[in-house]
Amino acid sequence: MNPNLKRLRRSMMFLNCQKPGLIKDPYVYAPDSILLDLEDAVAEREKDAARYSLYHALQEIDYRGVERVVRINGLDSDLWEEDIRCAVAGGCDAIRIPKTETAEDVRRVEAAVEAAEKDYGRELGSTLIMAALESAKGVMNAYSICTSSERMFGIALSGGDYTKDLQTTISGTGVELMGARQNMIIAARAAGVQCFDTVYTNLNDMEGFRRDVQTIKTMGFDGKSIINPRQIPIVHEIFTPTQKEIVFAEKVVHEIDTKKAQGIGVFTVDGKMIDIAFYDGAKRTLALAKASGVYKGDI
Amino acid sequence: MEIKKAAVAGTLESSDCMVTVEPGDGTVELDLESAVIRQYGKQIRKVIHETLERLDVTDAKVTVVDKGALDCTIKARVECAVYRSNDIKKGLPWGGVIR
Repeated sequence: MNPNLKRLRRSMMFLNCQKPGLIKDPYVYAPDSILLDLEDAVAEREKDAARYSLYHALQEIDYRGVERVVRINGLDSDLWEEDIRCAVAGGCDAIRIPKTETAEDVRRVEAAVEAAEKDYGRELGSTLIMAALESAKGVMNAYSICTSSERMFGIALSGGDYTKDLQTTISGTGVELMGARQNMIIAARAAGVQCFDTVYTNLNDMEGFRRDVQTIKTMGFDGKSIINPRQIPIVHEIFTPTQKEIVFAEKVVHEIDTKKAQGIGVFTVDGKMIDIAFYDGAKRTLALAKASGVYKGDI
Repeated sequence: MEIKKAAVAGTLESSDCMVTVEPGDGTVELDLESAVIRQYGKQIRKVIHETLERLDVTDAKVTVVDKGALDCTIKARVECAVYRSNDIKKGLPWGGVIR
C-alpha cells in the first residue's frame, strides 16, 4: 500500500499552471498539498504552455515536502491523456480527476496513469488519484468512485459546478451543499478514503470562511480546497487538535489500555463516561496532532 | 527541429518571459532583453541555447524578453514556442528532449 494514501491533507491550495509566478514557491505558505491546475484556471489557448511549465516545475522546484497534485482536464476533452503523460513524467504525487461521475471514469484515468508510469520509469502505483465530484450523478455514485482504485486517496466536492447541476447557487449558508457533503463523507468513511470540501471564494469574508471550515471539520472532513494563502492558517488552526484535546485523548488511550487489563469496560475520564468506542477517535486525534507537529508523545 | 513559422510563448508578467521564434537565416540568432541582464544574462543565454540544442533547432531567430523568470520557466517557454511553430501539441517527448 502506498504510504501517502493517508497523509495529512488539511489544506489543498489551487495554483494556476499558466502563471509561473504562482507555482515557483508556494511552499513558503506551507499548505499540506498544492493542486497544480491544468483545467479551469488555464485559458484554452494556453493549455499546451501550462504543461511545459508544470513539467519543469515538477522536475526542478523543491516543494519541500508539500504534496503535488495535478488537476487534469476533463475526460470529455482531448487534453487529459497528454496531461497525465506530462504530470507522471514530471513526477507528480497524485492526479485529481475533475467532474468524476462514475467508477469507470477513475478506471480510465488509472489505466492512463499506469501506462505513463511504465513509459517514464516511475514506480508502479506511486501516483495516487483523487476524484472531484461536481454533479448530482457524481455525488450519488460517491461510494463506487471511492472504491474504484487502490490508488484512490480521496474525493473532493466541487461546489460551483455541483450547485449549477442542482439548479441552485452558492448561498454562503452551506444549505445547498448539505446533502452532498453528508453523502460524500459517509461514502468516503465507508470506503476508508479521505474527503475534502469545496473552495470558499469570498476572500473578503474571512469570518464566513472560518464558520465554513468549522462546519466541515465537525462533519468529519479531512480538509478543504483553498484558493488563497490567507486561508491556510485558519484551516490549519481549526483542523489541528488543541492541547486540551490532545491531553484528553492521551488520557483516554492510557485509561482504556489500563482498565482493559483490569477487566473494566466503562469508567470516567475528567467526568466523561468512556468505553472502548472512544479508543479509535482518541488515537486519531493523537495521530492528527502528531502529523500536524503539535504532539511529540509516543502513543 | 525546423522553425516552420513564427510562434510566441509566455507573457511579460513578473517571473515569466516572452519567447518568440521565427525562421532564421541559417544560424541561431538570439536577441535577449532582461532587467537582470548584468547579473544573469550569461546564465539566461546558456539556458536558451542549451534548450534549443536539445530540440535540435539550428536555424532560428529567437527573441526573449525576460521578466525575472526561473531557468525552468525559460526552458518551458522556449520549448512551447518551438513546438507551437510546428503545431505539435500531443505526444510530446517528456523526459526526452524535453527535460
